Amino acid sequence: MSRNAQDLIRFVLRRLIQSLPILLGIATINFLFVNLAPGDAADVLAGEAGAASPEFMAALRERYGLDQPFYVQFLVYMGKLLTFDLGYSFRFSRPVTELLLGTLGPTLLLMSTAILFACSMGVFLGVLAARCVNRWPDYLISVGALIAYATPVFWLGLMMIVLFSVKLGWLPSSGMQTIGAGYTGWRKIGDVALHLIMPATVLGMYLTAFQVRLIRASMLEIGEQDFVTTARSKGLSEQTIAYRHVLRNAILPMVTMVGLQVGAILGGSVLIETVFAWPGLGRLAYNAVFQRDLNLLLGLLFLCSIMVVVTNILTEVAYRLIDPRIPLK
Amino acid sequence: MISRNSLLGRFGRHYPAVAGITLLAAVTAMALLAPVLFPQGPWRMVGRPQLWPGADPRFPLGTDILGRDLLACLFYGARVSLLIGLSATLAATLVGTMIGAAAGFFGGKVDRWLMGFTEIFQTTPPFVLAVVVVAAFTPSLTSIIIAISLVSWPPLARLVRAQFLQLMPREFVLAGIVMGMSNTRLIVTQLLPNAITPIIVSSSLMIASAILLEAGLAFLGLGDPNAMSWGYMIGVGREVLRTDWYITTIPGLAVLLAVLAINLVGEGLNDALNPRSRNR
Repeated sequence: MSRNAQDLIRFVLRRLIQSLPILLGIATINFLFVNLAPGDAADVLAGEAGAASPEFMAALRERYGLDQPFYVQFLVYMGKLLTFDLGYSFRFSRPVTELLLGTLGPTLLLMSTAILFACSMGVFLGVLAARCVNRWPDYLISVGALIAYATPVFWLGLMMIVLFSVKLGWLPSSGMQTIGAGYTGWRKIGDVALHLIMPATVLGMYLTAFQVRLIRASMLEIGEQDFVTTARSKGLSEQTIAYRHVLRNAILPMVTMVGLQVGAILGGSVLIETVFAWPGLGRLAYNAVFQRDLNLLLGLLFLCSIMVVVTNILTEVAYRLIDPRIPLK
Repeated sequence: MISRNSLLGRFGRHYPAVAGITLLAAVTAMALLAPVLFPQGPWRMVGRPQLWPGADPRFPLGTDILGRDLLACLFYGARVSLLIGLSATLAATLVGTMIGAAAGFFGGKVDRWLMGFTEIFQTTPPFVLAVVVVAAFTPSLTSIIIAISLVSWPPLARLVRAQFLQLMPREFVLAGIVMGMSNTRLIVTQLLPNAITPIIVSSSLMIASAILLEAGLAFLGLGDPNAMSWGYMIGVGREVLRTDWYITTIPGLAVLLAVLAINLVGEGLNDALNPRSRNR
């Protein structure tokens, strides 16, 4: 194994260990929520069973350790978290971890497509705006970004359904694949891709707006540096200069932006998956809200936080891969 | 006369900001006039359900699936959006400023602990945390305001801390320390006034994101059941999206315009208060 790769692995491990206190903090807050919220799991179960005698409630509390002192419950909770046991969803009658892992895949697919879309769209529009600075394409793009910041994503999703599914009939309005079609192989991939277009575009909208502004600004800033003048004097076309010389130097802030926005994208996916009936974590969250399933919601919050931590570590690794001069902190 | 370089003059030459403040004034007027123009409240069934805009002159924007006047709903929705946006921002600004100020002023251990605490809240995705908080404590105006401010303060705390770290070694602060000013007095009379500009700007932008958060929560069914809000209206309209999409479109446009207005005003404030970005 090369030295570089070893460094990278050591760095990732160190960062993972450094994030443990944060995850511990989040777990503590989770625990406080469970205990601050009115009613406990025994109330929920008793409500499910209809009327319950005080003896039955006491037995339930004993069985789930709810009669133990506060700190004992806290330690038990933490011990369970270490083995990634996030408790039991009484509404779905399945362990929370199992439910979460079952829906993680579609969400990751949706999020990565949205991020990919936002970055490529951001580069394209940002470069365009910078090359037409203070002319109408630039103004149009700036106004578009301003409106994108102000648009509620879930509403935009609904409006796109009206236009592209109801009126034009081009795109499917819900789900991840055509139910009952039984496609396999490439047909199946194409089918999923078709279902992915609208939710991924809408979910990536904020990030696209951020990236456009960022790329435009860094293109303008870097475009004045000496090496660009050199490239221009060599007779390279503006297209080549923009994409081969300037853009390379604007990639790092782009990666940073993805890291900063990943939490917002996760939050957005709760709304977007609800709108498009995408079978992922977000829709699970909506069902959990609908059924007041607190255990499941807290598990979700914890998993989402882990995803943010992992993404932040990945962005730092990406820095290193993009620019080997950057030291791993 | 307003001089060209005065604060108002600079703000006034910023046309988008003027457009923003006009829009914002309209939304505020809607919020204030709602009980005057629609004394019967937004919930009453007043006409035939699903009347399209313009179909009946009594209801210029039409009626929703329960025959409620969409215009009245829109006016009352402005109240809820502004109320939640302003109160949540106020609470988040207070908390963020206090935590950031303490971290920047005391430094050392206090700083490390407070920033660690802040990082916990920055790691949890804001909207998901807000959903959990409101769901855990049953939806009401209070729980929604608490949830939104709980997820909004961390960036502000970081900002205030950064400002304080910059100001701490300055001479006027050192002079204050030598004069024997108490910590509270130093913070309140010397440091905060010099850090107030970025606080005002980011708080004004925070109102916009608070309104978006509230709309999202209400859309998921986590709104106050007694308060008519734009997000709730979008959620109701969704049920008949395929045929009567206007019920969804109208409140969504209201959110868009209100948020856009606040963003424009915020940017205008930034340009007016921030001398370095003047004459860009």
